[in-house]
Amino acid sequence: MKRERIYGMMAEFDSAQHLVDAARLTHQAGYNKIDAYSPFPVEGLAEEIGFHHDEVPLVVLIGGIIGGTTGYLMQWWMSAVDYPLNIGGKPPHSWPAFIVITFEMTILFAGISAVFGMLALNGLPMPYHPVFNVPRFALASKDRFFLIVFSSDPKYDPAGTRAFLEGLQPRSIAEVPS
Amino acid sequence: MNEPYKTTIEAERAPVIEPGHTFGTVTEKISAIVLTRPASNGWFAGFGIFFLLTMMMLYAIGYLFLKGIGIWGSTIPIGWGFAIVNFVWWIGIGHAGTLISAILLLLRQSWRNSINRFAEAMTLFAVACAGIFPAIHVGRPWLAYWLFPYPNTMLVWPQFRSPLMWDVFAVSTYATISALFWFIGLVPDMATLRDRATHPAARIAYGILSLGWRGSARHWHRYETAYLLLAGLATPLVLSVHTVVSFDFAVGIVPGWHTTIFPPYFVAGAIYSGFAMVLMLAIPIRKIYGLEDFITERHLENSAKVMLATGLIVAYGYGIEAFMSWYSGDRYDAFTIWNRLHGPYAIPYYMLLTCNIFIPQVLWIRKFRTNPVALFAVSFVVLVGMWLERFIIVVVSLSRDFLTSSWGMYYPTRWDWMTYIGTIGMFLALMFLFLRLLPAISIFEMRTLLPGAEVKE
Repeated sequence: MKRERIYGMMAEFDSAQHLVDAARLTHQAGYNKIDAYSPFPVEGLAEEIGFHHDEVPLVVLIGGIIGGTTGYLMQWWMSAVDYPLNIGGKPPHSWPAFIVITFEMTILFAGISAVFGMLALNGLPMPYHPVFNVPRFALASKDRFFLIVFSSDPKYDPAGTRAFLEGLQPRSIAEVPS
Repeated sequence: MNEPYKTTIEAERAPVIEPGHTFGTVTEKISAIVLTRPASNGWFAGFGIFFLLTMMMLYAIGYLFLKGIGIWGSTIPIGWGFAIVNFVWWIGIGHAGTLISAILLLLRQSWRNSINRFAEAMTLFAVACAGIFPAIHVGRPWLAYWLFPYPNTMLVWPQFRSPLMWDVFAVSTYATISALFWFIGLVPDMATLRDRATHPAARIAYGILSLGWRGSARHWHRYETAYLLLAGLATPLVLSVHTVVSFDFAVGIVPGWHTTIFPPYFVAGAIYSGFAMVLMLAIPIRKIYGLEDFITERHLENSAKVMLATGLIVAYGYGIEAFMSWYSGDRYDAFTIWNRLHGPYAIPYYMLLTCNIFIPQVLWIRKFRTNPVALFAVSFVVLVGMWLERFIIVVVSLSRDFLTSSWGMYYPTRWDWMTYIGTIGMFLALMFLFLRLLPAISIFEMRTLLPGAEVKE
C-alpha cells in the first residue's frame, strides 16, 4: 500500500546567514535542484540556489506597452473614427487630450501584469505543496530557515544527501514525503 | 535595508523598532492582535457606532435615489456641492497611503515598514468613500456606468476630451492598483497567519488568502521585483490622480479654478491631509494595541515633518493664487480673492487659513512633533482645514462667477451632512474590521528591519 515517494531532503536553520552559507555550499557541492525558504526576502539567497532569470520585468514591460497602445487606439478609434463629435472646435483626433487616459491605461495594465505575472511565474495559487508535509515547516513563516534538495536532483541519494546536509550543522533534518 | 536601523541608534533618535525584538517576537506580537486577542467591548462599541453611521449613509443615499438630487443643497449656480467637496477630500486622504507604501519604498525609507499596511488600508477605504460621491451625484445614478466606454445600443462613445473622463480612468486605475498592491503585500503575512491560526475556519480562510505562499527564495525574488515595479508604477500614478482631479477644476474657466498651480498644489494638499489621517489612526492604534515598539516616536515625528512640509507647499499655493490674481490683471480673478476675504464665505476662508497654515506651524517645535496628543489635535485641525479648502474652491468660485445675475448661495441640507458623516462612519467601520481580521503591520517587512536579517556574502 505504502508508496515510498520522496520529494526531497530538508534541513532547518536558525538564521538567514546560516541558510545563505548552506545554500552556497550545497550548490557548490553540485546539487542543482534545490530551493530555500525564509520568512522574509533574504538578499542574495536566490542567486545562491542558482536562480538568475527573473522574467517579471519583461512581463510588466509587455503589459505596459499593451495597456498604453490599447488606451490610445481606443480613444482614437472612438473619437476620430467611429463617433467623431465636434467638441469646442477641437479636431476629432486631439491627441494631447488623450495622453492622460493613455498613461492611466499603461499603469493599469503594467500593474496587473506585475501582480498576476509574478503569481503565474511562481505557480501560485498552489494550496497544496509537499513541503507542507513537514510539521516543522510551519516555522518557515515565522523565524526558521529551510533548505531542500529535491529528489529529482541527479546527485540525490537518501543516505549521501542526508550526510551532506548533516555536515552543514542544521537544527534538524527531515525527509519530505511526496 | 538595515542601515537606517543602525544609524538611528547612533544618532540617538527614536529607533524604528525598539531594541530586543526577534523574528519570533515581532511575529507573535502582530499576529496575536488578530489571532488570540479577544475583541473588547470598546471594539464592539466603536464598530457599532460606525456601523450605524454607515447605515445612516445608506439611508440618505436610498432617499436620494428615491427623490433625486433635489434633496441636496446643490443647485444652479452651485451645481457642485458636498459631493465634489467630499470626493476630493477623501481621494486626497488616500494619497498618503500610496506615498508611504510606494514613494517611501523607492526612497529606501525603511521606517515606512511599520505603517505602510494600515496606511494602504486607509487608502483603499478612503477611495471607496470617495468613489461613492461621483457615482451618486450624477442625477441618474443607475446610469453611472455610462461613464465607461462599452459597446452600447445608442452607438455613442464617451467624450475623451473631458477631464471628467480622465478622472474616471485615473480613479478606477488608482483603486485597482491600490487594492492589488495591498493584497500582494498581505500574501506572505497571510501565510504566517495560516501557519499560526488554531481555529480551522481561520486556517482555511487565511490559507486561501495566502495563495499557498511558502517563502521560496525564487518566489521572494520575483515577489520583490514585482513589488518594486508596482511601487515604481504607483508613484507616478498617485501624482497623476490628484493632478487629474485638479484638472476637473483647472480646465474650466471659472475664476479661481483656471490656474496652472492647481496640480502640484492639489497633490501637496492631498498628502497633507493624508498624513493627518495616518496620524489620527496611528496614534490610537499604537496606544490601544500596545504597538509603541513598532510605531515609535520616530514615525510620529517623521509623519509630522511630512505634514509640515506639504502644509508649507499648500500655503505657497494659496500665496501664488493670490499673487496671480493681482499680477494677471484679470478682474474676475482679482474679485475671487477679494470675495474670499470679504464675501459671504469669508468666515470659512479665515478658518481655512487658521487650520491649514497658522496652527500647523507649531510642528516646527520638536515637543509638538513627539507628543501624541498634540499631534492628534493638529491632525484633526488639518483634516478640517483641508475639507474647508475644497469647500472654498468648489463653492465660493461657483457662487460668484462672471455675471452678477447668476450669483447665488449654497446651503447644505441635512441629507448632505448625513451622507458625508456616513462616509466617515463607513471608513472607520472598515478600519475596525481591518484591525481585527488582518495584520495591521506588515510582519515580513518588519522582520527585514531586524539585525538578524542582514546577510554577509
